[in-house]
Amino acid sequence: MNSIAAGVLLDDTSSMSLSELCRQYAVQGEWIVSLVEEGILDPVGREPREWRFSEASCWRVSVVLRLERDLAVNLSGAALVLDLLEEVESLRQRLGARGK
Amino acid sequence: MDYKDYYKSLGVKRDATQDEIKRAYRKLARKYHPDISKEASAAERFKEINEANEVLKDPKKRKAYDRLGSNWQSGEEFRPPPDWGGDTDFGAGGFSGSGAGAFSDFFESLFGQARGGGVGRGRSFSMRGEDQQAKVLIGIEDAYHGSTQTLTLQKPQMGQGGQVHMREQRLDVKIPKGIRPGQRIRLAGQGSPGHGEAPAGDLYLEVAFRPHPYYRVEGSDLYVDLPVAPWEAALGAKVKIPTPDGMVTLTIPADSKQGSKLRLKGRGLPAQEKGDLYAVLTIVLPSAKTKEEKSLYEQMAQEMAFNPRAHLGV
Repeated sequence: MNSIAAGVLLDDTSSMSLSELCRQYAVQGEWIVSLVEEGILDPVGREPREWRFSEASCWRVSVVLRLERDLAVNLSGAALVLDLLEEVESLRQRLGARGK
Repeated sequence: MDYKDYYKSLGVKRDATQDEIKRAYRKLARKYHPDISKEASAAERFKEINEANEVLKDPKKRKAYDRLGSNWQSGEEFRPPPDWGGDTDFGAGGFSGSGAGAFSDFFESLFGQARGGGVGRGRSFSMRGEDQQAKVLIGIEDAYHGSTQTLTLQKPQMGQGGQVHMREQRLDVKIPKGIRPGQRIRLAGQGSPGHGEAPAGDLYLEVAFRPHPYYRVEGSDLYVDLPVAPWEAALGAKVKIPTPDGMVTLTIPADSKQGSKLRLKGRGLPAQEKGDLYAVLTIVLPSAKTKEEKSLYEQMAQEMAFNPRAHLGV
């Protein structure tokens, strides 16, 4: 009998609060704020208190943490890496789609 | 256990300087980092690279490793010499902090003592488990209707001695309707176990689409190459085309060109923003094998003033 795992689709519906996100990754609020300032995360809401992050933000935080830890990338570098990864992924899809 | 050639892992010579080792490590780490590389073996290679660096970057560890001699081959059966270690203190290497995860048995047998015989022992520390990534392949139909996929995962498990071993686990995962290629599903707590009191990491499943015989997916849109006869393109026609939701009749406008795209709005993936289905016209020529077929073509050649190379100036 297999376990049934409930997954969360990382789409753009925004529901996580700042404190939930911090708890999830054991990081400080100030650090998340710096990610928002860098444009890495794009919450809805005007102030940190009101911010709601999409599920997709979790993935981005996860990547930034790894880039910082493993490759000594700073925040603006991480932002650039994420943008480029997105572009490469989109190109790959198009190539894979038309490559025949 | 298997001997590991750390110099080979970093692609450096045995007499490489510390600088050369650092540079080689940095380049390889960037190349094989699992978030950067799409190669299936990236995570494994990254681990190897980190382990090699852990030893070679530290002059003490490197010296001890060199003393094993240069006659070993990677993968050869190996045991640490009886006089290994002794009173050499490899330092509180602690957590390398990089690519955190188990080191190989080879490493542990040689340098494991440095951290008190295993991760976490000797110092109480708590750290959230690593997030894991996996890829799941689904068919286009699965994205239209949703489905359940069974995954077999190799889950790291903390043993009693602080050693990490792998355990197989099967999970049924719901794939929601409308998922797009490249989207991720987060399975909370299904990543690597945490250290100390900290929670386990998450498992991120990247959804990729299996190649389909005739549909291509780009984002939420579907593309299908639609072969048409020359007269269908020239005169227009009503043709049937298959969509994942069933057969649809499409009107080909008269005077259509090769490569024109006909859009069926809303017939793409049922994502948050519904995608479209594009039929891309490919004009296919009937054969000119029989006398009758040839004469029809010759008639066209004679009666139609048509120069397809006019724009080339010929």
